[in-house]
Amino acid sequence: MKRKHKRLTFVVIAGLFIALAVGLMLSAFEENIVFFRTPGDVASGSIEEDRRIRLGGLVEEGSVVPGADGLVNFSITDTVDTVQVTYVGILPDLFREGQGVITEGKLMNGVFVADEVLAKHDENYMPPEVSDAIKEAGQWYEDGEHGSGDQ
Amino acid sequence: MAMIEKYANPTVFLGITRPLVPWLGGATVATLSAGLYLALFASPADYQQGESVRIMYVHVPAAWMAMMCYTSMAIASGVGLIWKHPLAHTAARATAPVGAAFTLLALVTGSLWGKPMWGTWWVWDARLTSVLILFFLYIGYMALNNAFDNAQRGANAAAVLALVGFVNVPIIKFSVEWWNTLHQPASVMRMDGPTIHASMLWPLGLMALGYTLFYFWVLIIRIDADVTAGKIRALRQRRAHS
Repeated sequence: MKRKHKRLTFVVIAGLFIALAVGLMLSAFEENIVFFRTPGDVASGSIEEDRRIRLGGLVEEGSVVPGADGLVNFSITDTVDTVQVTYVGILPDLFREGQGVITEGKLMNGVFVADEVLAKHDENYMPPEVSDAIKEAGQWYEDGEHGSGDQ
Repeated sequence: MAMIEKYANPTVFLGITRPLVPWLGGATVATLSAGLYLALFASPADYQQGESVRIMYVHVPAAWMAMMCYTSMAIASGVGLIWKHPLAHTAARATAPVGAAFTLLALVTGSLWGKPMWGTWWVWDARLTSVLILFFLYIGYMALNNAFDNAQRGANAAAVLALVGFVNVPIIKFSVEWWNTLHQPASVMRMDGPTIHASMLWPLGLMALGYTLFYFWVLIIRIDADVTAGKIRALRQRRAHS
């Protein structure tokens, strides 16, 4: 074997081992790399009370109830399970019903007490006229009736 | 392979690419001007983000270039280590600061977008963290290149770092799919086609083309400068010995 072939083989094999090692490491730390937990995790009981976590999902339609002094109650849902959230503070611009959010706080007696709310933006970009036209035609993905694969 | 070896000769390479420099420069300026005009003025506001969507035209192509430059740097480093072409190390060295600048641009513009949209400048989610690591890899590569008195040893050590660090590139790309993150999933490079409206996709494509032309323009100038610096070093050494 020529020297450059030896070096090529060495680089390829070393690369495979590095990829394997990093892959194993990432899967071992998955719990910590995940940025937020879901209402499903809360329902399955895998989240202890009084431990600081991030909880993410969609703001349930019709669940937002503003109270006095910046208090707001709403529910976060992953369309299967739902968790009641209570928060005092300023909400980000993109916060609205049906929108993805990530909240940070603690679970107390089944209610999630958040002290931070971040809005999650989705991967859809379009001008307002287009989104209006899609909504008018009843094809909006949030309407649920025309989910991809239904037709 | 013989043909590649012919063009890998620095003199032959620069003989061919040097005349391209003014053309690439002109094309870069023209494309970026048109792209920025479309992105900042002629394209529509977003239905949710409003005018803040314009940050995306600077941010997204910068992030693509950050990964593209790193991939080029890793490939060139591999070629330099295995086949010992001096021009390969030179090309990798020339790419590093350009890639680092694109990474920084992506990080800063992302942060500026994040504050009004997400409600935070920065979070330690998988996407943001892995891009920050990419920035540190670029810095480490440049530092390691200059850390040895013997330039060849520096180039080899830095090339090993570039190759090992390449594992981060697929992690950046797929971080938004493997783990849940605050950062949104891909909108353009996805299996089921772009989720960006055509009126926004065109300016984005033009910006990406402008950035790519800029990269090649600067790459040739930097390789030229690196080769010339090497010649000057050799001349000085010869004079010192005579």
